[in-house]
Amino acid sequence: MHGTIPYEHVLLLAGVLFVLGLLGVMIRRNLIFMLISVEIMLNAAGLAFIAAGGRWAGPDGQVMFIFILTMAAAEAAVGLAIILRLYSLHETVDADRAGEMKG
Amino acid sequence: MTAYMPDLIQLIPAFPFAGAFFLILRGRRLPMQATAVIGSGSVGLSALAGIAVAIEFISSPPVGHALYKTLWRWMDVGGLSPSVTLYLDPLSLIMLLVVTIVGFLIHIYSTEFMEGDEGYSRFFAYMNMFIGAMLVLVLADDLLLLYLGWEGVGLCSYLLIGFWYKNPANGYAARKAFVITRIGDTAMAVGLFLLFTESGTLRIQDMLMSAEAGRPGGLTISLAAGLLLAGAVGKSAQLPLQTWLPDAMAGPTPVSALIHAATMVTAGVYLIARMHTLFELAPAVQTAVAVIGVATLLVSAASALAQRDIKRVLAYSTMSQIGYMFLALGAGAWSAAIFHFMTHAFFKALLFLAAGAVIISQHHEHDMFRMGGLRKRLPLTFITFLVGSASLSSLPLITAGFYSKELILWGAWSSAKGGHWLWAAGIIGAFLTSVYTFRMVFLIFYGEQKTELSRLPGLRMHIPLMILALFSIAGGFIETPKILGGVDVFSSFMNSALPQEVKGHLSGHSELMPLGAASLASISGVFIAYMLFFKTPHASEQMVRTRLGGMLRRFMLSGWGFDRLYDTLFVRPFIRIASVSRDDFIDLISKVLAASAAVMSRALSLTQTGKVRWYAFAVGLGAAILIWTAVL
Amino acid sequence: MVVLFYISAMVAVASTMMTATRKDPVHALLYLIVSFLSVALIFYILGAPFIAALEVIVYAGAVMVLFLFVVMMLNLGKQSVEQEEKWLSRDAWLGPLILVSVLSAELLYIFLSGGVEPLEIREVSPKQTGIALFGPYVIGVELASLLLLSGLVGAWHLGRRRR
Repeated sequence: MHGTIPYEHVLLLAGVLFVLGLLGVMIRRNLIFMLISVEIMLNAAGLAFIAAGGRWAGPDGQVMFIFILTMAAAEAAVGLAIILRLYSLHETVDADRAGEMKG
Repeated sequence: MTAYMPDLIQLIPAFPFAGAFFLILRGRRLPMQATAVIGSGSVGLSALAGIAVAIEFISSPPVGHALYKTLWRWMDVGGLSPSVTLYLDPLSLIMLLVVTIVGFLIHIYSTEFMEGDEGYSRFFAYMNMFIGAMLVLVLADDLLLLYLGWEGVGLCSYLLIGFWYKNPANGYAARKAFVITRIGDTAMAVGLFLLFTESGTLRIQDMLMSAEAGRPGGLTISLAAGLLLAGAVGKSAQLPLQTWLPDAMAGPTPVSALIHAATMVTAGVYLIARMHTLFELAPAVQTAVAVIGVATLLVSAASALAQRDIKRVLAYSTMSQIGYMFLALGAGAWSAAIFHFMTHAFFKALLFLAAGAVIISQHHEHDMFRMGGLRKRLPLTFITFLVGSASLSSLPLITAGFYSKELILWGAWSSAKGGHWLWAAGIIGAFLTSVYTFRMVFLIFYGEQKTELSRLPGLRMHIPLMILALFSIAGGFIETPKILGGVDVFSSFMNSALPQEVKGHLSGHSELMPLGAASLASISGVFIAYMLFFKTPHASEQMVRTRLGGMLRRFMLSGWGFDRLYDTLFVRPFIRIASVSRDDFIDLISKVLAASAAVMSRALSLTQTGKVRWYAFAVGLGAAILIWTAVL
Repeated sequence: MVVLFYISAMVAVASTMMTATRKDPVHALLYLIVSFLSVALIFYILGAPFIAALEVIVYAGAVMVLFLFVVMMLNLGKQSVEQEEKWLSRDAWLGPLILVSVLSAELLYIFLSGGVEPLEIREVSPKQTGIALFGPYVIGVELASLLLLSGLVGAWHLGRRRR
């Protein structure tokens, strides 16, 4: 039913998505957009895992994805909390303004 | 009893080392009396053991007149396998008796002299360590062990000269002593290397026998003997390495008495006497020994005439008397040198200890011109000092110094290696000795008292003085010239260890002329001193005030300008080189390293911008590079 | 089925590109949800139906909604849109674009160098996944729960209103 799909193409898709997410992280100054881009990257990594799991026809890929998912959720929660805190302190969500760890 | 003797021998150096060890560990917490008892007691026990061994040795001498006691094998490396072996023969027996007995008396004296000093236990620890090292030196069978003792006494000398370390001048004097003797020590070490490569062993007796048998060859023997002579010259403060001894008087007086009068400075004499075969096989070096002795004798006697500090006079005097011993060694009168060593130990230690008594009774004043009139106030000190001075000036017939100096001068006159010039120099030296010695006596004990007494010396200081005074008189009677009785207890005892001198062409003649000349020299010296410093003191002042007199006095006061010479020749260029090479090119390499680390750190800290986007970019860049290198 | 895969792939890439370039955060989030939905479809095609469900429910459903909540809470409004316009200038794009193209070129090379092999996709049932999860990977499950706990505590602490 599922047919044959070229395995490399799936990985390629994951790679493209990942790279787009990386681009977003590097370009954006708004912290919220950065977080969104990080989510994109995580999702792309998960896709790669699922593809690998499908290649070897085992549950390992899916298990890894569950862990990634868990981690992404926790990270999103904490990250958003930090953004809220930053906003309440500095009245901005500009990433460059949070540069006190310079040098 | 004979069976116990070898075991007793090893106790002799063991006691002082044990004392030193104990005092180092627990000395701070012990009460003063306990420290005194341990410090002097260990040397006393050593002396007792020495006396017991001596009695046994003399009454029933062992086979070959020598005793070996091997303690353990020291090392076994590359063909060199020395053991720690103690060797007892008449020469080492005499040396160890003098070291321990005189050392014991000096320790008793120090228990009172150093009272109240905060480094009391440290002092006795160092002194015990010194006695131990000196005993190792004289009892060593192996040149390596001897070198160990040699270095040990050098170390203890440094520690004791700089004993009152809070004064930087004392530290300077200690360093000067150490550095100058080091020059000699290094030469001696090279000599040891040479001897080992040539004869394959460092055991003294083996080496001497193989040297007699012909190997090593002539040039090597002369070279080795010359290097050993350099070591002896450094340790015994002879020309040209003599500049450290007057400055070494910065240490406490008992230290000067023990180390710089009686024992350490005579280690050079012992070395040459011990290695006599080498020197006999290298006549040029032996003559050099005599020449050095004579030169030092005259230079230091002249310098002693101009000194103001009482201890410096005695220091120059020590140099001079050791010059006499070197003269004897050079002339082939081996046992005369050792005899003079023994009597010199007695009267020089006596003089130093008595001077110490004078010094502490005069508020630690050292300048003789500020003392005076102490004859009535310190009677016992006066008498003992007088006895010591008489012995030093070798006043005829009644003093030990007379007999020992006579023996040397007779050796210089009559032995085949002696010579008239050497003898004449010895006579002049005897004259000068009397002059400066009695100058001291008259300046300190006669005349008007210039400084009030601060403290009277006690029993523990007086008793050693008296005992040493007794020895300074009676010690000479074991060896008298033929005209006066011909007692030769000493030289026949030493016969088995040291060769008899080779008789020269004048030996058959009567001894009267040289004897008379020497007696005349010493008595006239006393008279001159009397005239210049007691009867008409203004005369000497007048002499000094003239232009020539003043220059001469300054010259002699500075020890014939040697310090200045060495300063210009060696010290200044060395300091110049050190300051030039402070920023040298090797330093540059390490500076460049440090500077580049700082630069890189500054550069890298620029990457910490604090901006998250930048960090993300860096991560991405790193990933790209990694993948590049991994895949491609 | 294969065709479906390619269509979903294109939708995912397109919506992700839109996400990365929008100025209004709400718009970007909505596009992201679309991207997630298409990725979920891809998961199903690859034989992981359970994961597809999880993707929709947890990722798109919970995490993205959380994001939306926060964005609305911050209430950035019009001024942030203008800000974004200002910030998304040409110069900001250049460096990252170069890096990203290098990276993607590398990835392309890696993935295509092995030769393209067609793959028979078999379905892996949730039951298998569950057994694997509570069998060999049980430690991972525990750690994940620890992680969630720390995330919970951290978020709560950071979000507290300071007195």
